[in-house]
Amino acid sequence: MSTTTAPAPVSAAATAPRGKVTQPRVLKSEWIKFRSLRSTYLSLLIGMVVMIGIAALACWAVANRWPSMPAMEKAGFDPAGRSIDGFFFAQLAVGVLGVMVVTGEYSTGMIRATLSAVPRRLPVLWAKTAVFGGVTFVVTSVTALISFFVGQAMLSSQHIQTSLSASGVPRVVFGTAIYLTLVGLFGVGLGTVVRSTPGGISSLFGALLVLPLILHALPTSWANDIGPYLPSNAGQALTTLHPDPHTLAPWTGCGVFALYVVASIIGGAIVLKRRDA
Amino acid sequence: MIEATALTKRYGPKTAVEDLSFTVKPGVVTGFLGPNGAGKSTTMRMLLGLDAPTSGRAVVNGRSYADHPAPLHEVGAMLEARAIHTGRTAFNHLLALAATTGIPRSRVEEVIELVGLREVAKKRAGGFSLGMGQRLGIASALLGDPATLILDEPVNGLDPEGIRWIRDLLKSLAAEGRTVFVSSHLMSEMALTAEHLIIVGRGRLIADTSVEEFIREASNNTVRVRTPDAGKLREQIAGPDVTITSDEAGVLTVTGLSSEQIGRTAHEHGVALYELANQQASLEEAFMELTRDVVEYQAVPSASRPNVTEGNAA
Repeated sequence: MSTTTAPAPVSAAATAPRGKVTQPRVLKSEWIKFRSLRSTYLSLLIGMVVMIGIAALACWAVANRWPSMPAMEKAGFDPAGRSIDGFFFAQLAVGVLGVMVVTGEYSTGMIRATLSAVPRRLPVLWAKTAVFGGVTFVVTSVTALISFFVGQAMLSSQHIQTSLSASGVPRVVFGTAIYLTLVGLFGVGLGTVVRSTPGGISSLFGALLVLPLILHALPTSWANDIGPYLPSNAGQALTTLHPDPHTLAPWTGCGVFALYVVASIIGGAIVLKRRDA
Repeated sequence: MIEATALTKRYGPKTAVEDLSFTVKPGVVTGFLGPNGAGKSTTMRMLLGLDAPTSGRAVVNGRSYADHPAPLHEVGAMLEARAIHTGRTAFNHLLALAATTGIPRSRVEEVIELVGLREVAKKRAGGFSLGMGQRLGIASALLGDPATLILDEPVNGLDPEGIRWIRDLLKSLAAEGRTVFVSSHLMSEMALTAEHLIIVGRGRLIADTSVEEFIREASNNTVRVRTPDAGKLREQIAGPDVTITSDEAGVLTVTGLSSEQIGRTAHEHGVALYELANQQASLEEAFMELTRDVVEYQAVPSASRPNVTEGNAA
């Protein structure tokens, strides 16, 4: 290899102070890992662009159609909700990133280095959750705000825009950020349980996207009873201004979704602690 | 100091490591030798707390690995498969590991320099050659200036210059009083690097011996005799504990007698000897002999194995 220097000028003994492994240090380590991968930036950027783009497109389309729109449709129009509709696609990017934060370590073998450095293991999961959750919440909040303002700008041509000070609107905008962050953390939890990228991604989107479809096959009364409690339906209660009769109240729904997420992370913690790396 | 006590690991019905006990002492390089599938990597993972033993105990520097408050400062490890995220640069990889115990950036730069990776430190590890990956592994093992090093197959994939580099590095680390535990499936490499050997096969301990003793036992067991009177000599030296083979006319390979005994017998019966030489079994052969019954995947039953030996034991 071309990078060799003179053979073994060994003074491996050195100035390393003998610090203990602490949770803040593991947090810093996970932050270094998170910011040093291209996939982090790529996933978050894709999520942002898609969500803002869809906000612009969807609101522009509504503004165009508005003069010819039936009165009933006009009455039910939710300008805040329409401007953050792109979260549906942004959740794919955020969810995949959440899964990969954990499974990327298993697929490359990095996990063995990580767990050798932190043999108690659980601090790694807490740190990943905190770093990923914190960054994702900030990024998705900014994205939701930009989407909202871009969308309202499009709607303002027909004077049908709303404002951030209107009742319930901040809850919709930041609720979207909370929903997306929880989707990502759900990915972290499921990724820790299954340890493989394909397994993590399919279980995450199986739970979020496929379960509601399966529900349609059930008798309506069952569907109405169970439907609101499915992870994505519960979580998305936070993202609509006027919940329809078959959804949970916004914060109740958020709480239910959060329970799923917490359960997946606890499941991940048990697997991480118990199983061989 | 590494102590394994009755270490056992089962995966379902398959036993990877069985009742393995050994001690690795500081100050010398200890080779951990065995054919593929002998349980070396599993044992090393148990030492590092990555795999939990089914029973038994592994203790490093007085406690089990996970109980050390600053593990990187106690044990530096490099495991067989590259434990590196391919998308991250060598520098960031080391920086992230260093952060877990508050090792400063300057030490990261130091170990990068030490292993000769300065030019590629800011490149993503996915593009590294096997040799560069091994050097990065060594760098992460040295990061915390540990008293104990556990390295799984460190010379795999290295060029001769890299192999010599590792050999010198390991010896000098041991000379500093560190415990150095290195696995390999290459006897010849261990003979040059290690002073002590722990040999395993199918998860069991086969030998725990010094390299010197291993070499002494491995050699000196066959004698090659060249004589025009092979038939006559053969009759005279035959005995219950003596094996005589002949691959070419006029040459006998004798096991079970010393060259002195053969020479005297030949003299007494007036047999002329053209050549009388002790054959040292090569270390590789001695190792294969020792582990033949325990290799997991064997080629053809070794009837056709050439029994001509080479004297390259040193």
